Amino acid sequence: MALTSSDVQTLAHLTQIRLEPDSLNDLACTLSQFADAAESIREIATNGSEPLISPLEITQRLRADTVSEENLRELYQSIAPATEDGLYLVPKVLD
Amino acid sequence: MHQQTLAQQSQALAKGDYSARELTSHYLQRIEQFDSQLNSFIAVTTEQALAQADAADAARKSGTVTSLTGVPLAHQDVFCSQGTRTSCGSKMLDNFIAPYNAHLLEQLQLAGSVSLGKTNMDEFAMTATGQSSFYGPTSNPWDALRISGGAASGSAVAVAAGLVAASTACDTFGDLRLPAAHNGLTGLKASYGRISRFGMTANASSFDQAGFITRTAEDAALLLQVAAGFDTRDSTCSQDTVADYNSSLNQPLSGLRIGIARCLFDASVDSRIADLVLASAGQLQQLGAILIDIELPHSAQSMACASIIGSGEASTNMSRFDGVRFGYRCADPADLDDLYQRSRGEAFGPAVQQRIMLGTHFLSANQYEDYYVQAQRVRRLIKQDLTSAFGQVDLILTPVTAALPRTASKTADPVSDWSCQRYTALANLAGLPALSMPCGQVDGLPVGTQLLAPWLQEARLLNAAHQYQQATDWHHSRPNGF
Amino acid sequence: MQWETVIGLEIHAQLATKTKIFSGSSSAFGAAPNSQACAGDLAMPGTLPVLNEEAVRMAYLFGLAVDAEIGEVSRFDRKNYFYPDLPSGYQTSQMDLPIVGKGHMDITLEDGSTKRIGITRAHLEEDAGKSLHEDFSGMTGIDLNRAGSTLLEIVSEPELRSAKEAVAYARAIHSLVQYLGVCDGNMAEGSFRCDCNVSIRPVGQEEFGVRAEIKNVNSFRFIERAINSEIRRQIEVLEDGGTLVQQTRLYDPAKDETRAMRSKEEATDYRYVPCPNLLPVVIERSYLEQLRTTLPELPVQKRERFQSEFSLSAYDASVLTASRAMADYYEQVQKTCGDAKLAANWVMGELSSLLNKDSLEIGQSPVSAEQLGGLLVRIKDNTISGNIAKTVFEAIAQGEGCADDIIEKRGLKQVTDSGAIEAILDEMLAANAAEVEEYRTADENRRSRMFGFFIGQAMKASRGKANPQQVNQLLRQKLEG
Repeated sequence: MALTSSDVQTLAHLTQIRLEPDSLNDLACTLSQFADAAESIREIATNGSEPLISPLEITQRLRADTVSEENLRELYQSIAPATEDGLYLVPKVLD
Repeated sequence: MHQQTLAQQSQALAKGDYSARELTSHYLQRIEQFDSQLNSFIAVTTEQALAQADAADAARKSGTVTSLTGVPLAHQDVFCSQGTRTSCGSKMLDNFIAPYNAHLLEQLQLAGSVSLGKTNMDEFAMTATGQSSFYGPTSNPWDALRISGGAASGSAVAVAAGLVAASTACDTFGDLRLPAAHNGLTGLKASYGRISRFGMTANASSFDQAGFITRTAEDAALLLQVAAGFDTRDSTCSQDTVADYNSSLNQPLSGLRIGIARCLFDASVDSRIADLVLASAGQLQQLGAILIDIELPHSAQSMACASIIGSGEASTNMSRFDGVRFGYRCADPADLDDLYQRSRGEAFGPAVQQRIMLGTHFLSANQYEDYYVQAQRVRRLIKQDLTSAFGQVDLILTPVTAALPRTASKTADPVSDWSCQRYTALANLAGLPALSMPCGQVDGLPVGTQLLAPWLQEARLLNAAHQYQQATDWHHSRPNGF
Repeated sequence: MQWETVIGLEIHAQLATKTKIFSGSSSAFGAAPNSQACAGDLAMPGTLPVLNEEAVRMAYLFGLAVDAEIGEVSRFDRKNYFYPDLPSGYQTSQMDLPIVGKGHMDITLEDGSTKRIGITRAHLEEDAGKSLHEDFSGMTGIDLNRAGSTLLEIVSEPELRSAKEAVAYARAIHSLVQYLGVCDGNMAEGSFRCDCNVSIRPVGQEEFGVRAEIKNVNSFRFIERAINSEIRRQIEVLEDGGTLVQQTRLYDPAKDETRAMRSKEEATDYRYVPCPNLLPVVIERSYLEQLRTTLPELPVQKRERFQSEFSLSAYDASVLTASRAMADYYEQVQKTCGDAKLAANWVMGELSSLLNKDSLEIGQSPVSAEQLGGLLVRIKDNTISGNIAKTVFEAIAQGEGCADDIIEKRGLKQVTDSGAIEAILDEMLAANAAEVEEYRTADENRRSRMFGFFIGQAMKASRGKANPQQVNQLLRQKLEG
């Protein structure tokens, strides 16, 4: 299945990655190669085989509702790009 | 000292042949001597290592010891190491000082091991070449002109070059077992759920599992004994009892049924490699194993499956790297979109960007049913093939990969570089434990053979590999000059 | 053109778990920014989700209370989008296999009739953090304390036909989740938020019109106004010949209008995918049956019981069972004084006025149920009159103690001794001799008005303490006699 530059632009937008305009064609080419390599999956008869989501055959374990985390804000924010008054700063968001 | 296996070092330390400090210093000196040409370490934590070594020596004096007390290890930089940089081979996390330890590292530390540092890896483990790290490629000590294999390139090369006796690594589609094989080493991927994934940066969450790169199966057993077990922080971590891996190492192999799927040994495999792998089967037969032909009808789909589901899971796992709370942030973002797009655009290498976009493509509304869900259905069929085969056999033997490592200078063909994992990916697709071990050389380059076992049957795997290694020499080979 | 409104509500109820849905961080309200955001909440590398058992229990309890179908298996999926209050870049929610399936909620309409509103499903998901837009010179501050908190999203069928119905439904769900103890319903703190999906269609048309989603409306008053303003807007657009676009909107209470959200893109592909870090949630039927036995008396049941047991009107029962806290308060008062009607009158009257005056919730009442009950006991045993009781009530509210303390301290005991009352009356009548003369020669009408005057004078003379019934009786005797 071939992906176009336009497809790549859409993907770049969805994945929030800035790409150089002159890289779009090559990228489309590479992605198309990967997509082609995966194309064979469509021919396989699965006879209603259920999709496998986890290789484990166990169910979800439940955790007791007790506080187990402490306030480590100082530690976590020591590696943050931008904070003020304990808040993470990002360029102003409009809604 | 560096010629010894981990098990031998453990015994030597116990006997007092040398101290942990001496052993650690020896390795640190070798790293300084050799690693500039190999680039297998991203970070060497010298002071910490010596402090840990001293602590281990003190502990030994006071009598609190385990089999790993004072034993130096190296850790793939995919595992969070508290207080030190955990980069995943990426500019995105070049400034990330992990605030916590991965469960695996915690366990190994508690057992008194020494951490020499963090090893180099393909960026976010998204290629299998050893060429795509932000910190530069890792050199193959067997042939500097060839790729080392990846993603756990540094973990493999460091052991091969005698810079550490064993290292930890993560395996998603074979990126632990492949570089192990290319470097003449033993690579063990545990069963999915056997080792907690807490603190191991996620690539493809239903495939990722931790393991070890060592010289011997015996060493892997030692490490697995400490690492395996329940952790409340990982919902996918099994509560099943941990086996005694060491005690079963020496069980004779008579009657062990080993399955061979002939379809995996077709013309697409370098015939010299195929011969060596089949010879390893012959060797196991000589040790008492019975070889049985099995069918794995859907195995040809392993890469398509892994590619679709793996890239899909990876794409969503990578969204957290957005320049907001940690990691790389671009300079002077104009607005929120600019913050996201330039942070991710500038900090992710091309292979990572490709994988994220490929995964997003398969998860998109138009592709989801036909590709992603279809791949999940085929994944179940692949798993069923293996389960069904294990109804007739106890282990399955396959090649690790179809070709020798290519030359580094050759223009990369991303798809073929990626497809070298088609035999190893079978284990990750089904969540099974698997091990690669050296079984010969072609043109002076190591070749590995792979064994797969049923879920949680690492003991059986390690037993077979150990017996093989008692009868053969390949695991003793070292690259020249190291 | 006759238009029909079609409304569906998506209610986000923050479940009253102590910790978040997938991490062991506290979910208590009001903590310092980012002091309750652990590595997992911050989506740091290698962190993993583990499901909170209370979240599961509360979700199932809600399902049982709305008679919902509950499947054996439910699963978590990732909803992918980028926003700074969403650390992992995806929200872990439930798409194909929600924990609670189809159920229903009965609502009472204004005319007293009942309407059954279908509930499509309810699912568990994690909440996002909060953005603070002021005070950061061109930047937005992000607080992730709320990120990862447990939400139960309750989705109604598009069966509501007016803003009033929507409010009735929202109130009913609000009441229910508090009754169950699964949500504190504190809308000011954001524990209970409504997204209103509104569309219109010509009466008789089966196809739904283009809908607008009004997000995060957090008061019942605003729900009603937002929906009505949106209906007006949609009608205006269509009647002007325009077309509507499916979009997300916000309600602006100051302007009483909705506006399109600037940042939301339409038809975003969320690329839902099952979360590989979480496994299928499976329950035994026996667990559900055991859980069912823990269901408290539900609002409808309590309302019916109040009507039958306490002979209250449907209206009174409805008001008194509006919240569990109110119902519990009322029952305590009733139990203490033994008079259901008296208790109802005071709770719905004096007490409600007091609470409304200072915008207090029943839980913040300065007069406890025991205190009110104690006051009513003193009315019933004639220790004080109804009027004096109001004074005592205010004093209790001021913190002066219980009814008996205040009556004692201020000497407010009702005078019931007929001799004493007669003496007061004789004195009062003597002082008003002219009016007495007038009374005796006046007609019916004039008499009844003047009687009121004399009662007033008598109460004044006795400083309100004379028993009103006795005053009435004795005064009549004296005036007639």
